[in-house]
Amino acid sequence: MELWFTEKHTDDVNFTIKVKKQLYSAKSYYQQIDVLDTYEFGRTLVLDGFIMLTEKDEYIYHEMVTHVPMAVNPDIKSVLVIGAGDGGTIRELTRYATIENIDMVEIDGQVVEVCKEYLPQTACRFGDPRVHLYIEDGLKFVRRKSGEYDLIIVDSTDPFGPGEGLFTKEFYGNCFKALTDSGILINQHESTYYDSYVDMVKRTHKRIGSAFPVCMVYQSHIPTYPSGHWLFGFAAKNLHPVYDLKAEKWESLNLKTRYYNTELHKGCFALPNYVKEVLADE
Amino acid sequence: MKSTQNCAPIYEALQKHLKNRVVRLDVPGHKGGRMNKELRNFLGENCLKVDVNSMKPLDNLCHPVSVIKEAEELAAEAFRARHAFFIVNGTTAAVQAMIFSSCKAGDKIIMPRNVHRSAINALVVCGAIPVYVNPGTNKQLGIPLGMSVEDVEKAIRQNPDAKAVLVNNPTYYGICSDLRRIVELAHSNNMLALADEAHGTHFYFGEGLPCSATEAGADMAAVSIHKTGGSLTQSSFLLCSGNVSEGYVRQVINLTQTTSGSYLLMVSLDLARKNLSLNGREMFKKTVDYASYAREEINKIGGYYAFGEELVNYSDIYAFDKTKLSVHTRAMGLAGVEVYDILRDDYDIQIEFGDIGNILAIVSAGDRELEIERFISALSEIKRLYGKDPSGMFDHEYINPTVVLAPQQAFYSNKKSVPINESRGMICGEFVMCYPPGIPILAPGERITSEILDYIAYCKEKGCFMTGTEDMEINYINVVV
Repeated sequence: MELWFTEKHTDDVNFTIKVKKQLYSAKSYYQQIDVLDTYEFGRTLVLDGFIMLTEKDEYIYHEMVTHVPMAVNPDIKSVLVIGAGDGGTIRELTRYATIENIDMVEIDGQVVEVCKEYLPQTACRFGDPRVHLYIEDGLKFVRRKSGEYDLIIVDSTDPFGPGEGLFTKEFYGNCFKALTDSGILINQHESTYYDSYVDMVKRTHKRIGSAFPVCMVYQSHIPTYPSGHWLFGFAAKNLHPVYDLKAEKWESLNLKTRYYNTELHKGCFALPNYVKEVLADE
Repeated sequence: MKSTQNCAPIYEALQKHLKNRVVRLDVPGHKGGRMNKELRNFLGENCLKVDVNSMKPLDNLCHPVSVIKEAEELAAEAFRARHAFFIVNGTTAAVQAMIFSSCKAGDKIIMPRNVHRSAINALVVCGAIPVYVNPGTNKQLGIPLGMSVEDVEKAIRQNPDAKAVLVNNPTYYGICSDLRRIVELAHSNNMLALADEAHGTHFYFGEGLPCSATEAGADMAAVSIHKTGGSLTQSSFLLCSGNVSEGYVRQVINLTQTTSGSYLLMVSLDLARKNLSLNGREMFKKTVDYASYAREEINKIGGYYAFGEELVNYSDIYAFDKTKLSVHTRAMGLAGVEVYDILRDDYDIQIEFGDIGNILAIVSAGDRELEIERFISALSEIKRLYGKDPSGMFDHEYINPTVVLAPQQAFYSNKKSVPINESRGMICGEFVMCYPPGIPILAPGERITSEILDYIAYCKEKGCFMTGTEDMEINYINVVV
């Protein structure tokens, strides 16, 4: 018998991978959680039917949301991570000895528990003493903070589901308030390849731009996400992601990475024309 | 077998009707949507299929004898009234039916001035004379309150010939008068007690909420099931108890209500009643929990004042409806209507209304944590981005009117149109109000004063949506010649 998992990328496009074994399946208060073991991609976390990560390509996502801001401001001491129940973002951040505090806010505690059990590749650094885990709504958590973080990483699910509140104007404004003067906000920014995502990318970019003076988008290649072409947002109060890049300083840290390097850092802010058009369009 | 609250007679009859695949050679001409596929695709197939005309198996709203009658009986039982009428012309129709059934031309009716326009409209149509009781005003919040028992007593003493007393239960802001005592006073003076419960459906089902009209012994109550009870917009119940003839009230309703009652609206009332009966207690507990949580969080932001039961003074605030999420914004330097506009334009959050000093959000069991958190977060952002010094803000909302002519007499008098800023001292021939909340600033027959003109100018400047006048821009006003 062959077992295949299919994710709908659009109404007319499917993405299908062959499954070795279903390791976990349950519904939490917020969403359906599944962990699959697959032949090509290794263990795969699926929320509400959408692939969140696979062992084979998760490093791309997690390196890109952490090392990009860390190379722009290596003095980052205090970080807030919202979402990221799989622990991959935490794993990358804890590699920096200079970071003193990492607050992580995840709305669904069950995701964290499941990942600790089935995805040790990413959920491996929750025990780091600098990491403080809060099982809470990110929107509510950040609303109460003011000038506390040098970096906020929004590692959210898609905008339709428990992550919806993390794509709103009030959330980005609250993030601005929660950041220090040199603060950076990184967010998962979806993709513009398929038309069904375009509106949300546009609106999200506009909303972040209304709160932050610096508001840019960068890209990477993530094979298991719809279209494989994925975007991230870089917003800041005064740091430019390329002009303020501290390449030498970052390289002196000797962090071994599989996707990220400082040359790629400069290049990933250069966007294809069809993406630029979407972002420029009011 | 007697129907129980688990039943929904209109819903069940419609389901049966669909199963029978009846050939439609009657109105409506869209024939279950086949005539207008775009509309059917937009609203959904079922919606168009149950949009049917009265017929024997589905009863007739004007003269109910079967399923509508049963549904009305179940509604009466659920609301502990003697009879319930299904109303499909808006709660406006229910309020007007209450007034038309109790007053004729020249009869007096005692009511607070902060009634909904539908009540004064009813006076324009039937010629009854209003005796206004001044609702108290909370000076800090600038909102009109309820009627104190003393003021109602005084109005009754001065107008022993009045036919009825109308009470808001509650006001838009959630303020209740001492309805029980007012009903007793009315009855002991041979007057009917009427309640506008447009915002009070939940009083019949929630725990720890203010007293409902039927519980207080009122003779009639207009209950907007669509506002907080979960039915479709424009559907309501008119409840009758006490000494009111059901047959007469039906005749009055049929003077103006449509003869093509919408089954979409009726089935929504039927299913809303069932849901309220079976799950109301739980749903309104959730509503109160959401509203209480939001009040607490909003008050932590600072600058805003989300008010609640602490306002109760057992006089003109006899009770407070804690499902209402009203927030005073003026201390932050923003008019309520400004916050209302920013929430919609910048944050995609539509709230119920904003007046000069306050906003009101309607919370229900249909909300999720997400909506509540977004609202609180957006308010916190609005304070950060737009908060300013409140000096120079208009701080008074309620203006005591001088009634010179009865509303009907003024409305049908010879009138002329004059520039509004030249109208001081004249008698107004039409309505002026902000919508929502739809409480008239000026009603036909009232004296136009400079205080009122200042208030209207301020509302316009702050961006209130002004309605009521013949001149859509409200630069001109009709006055009695």
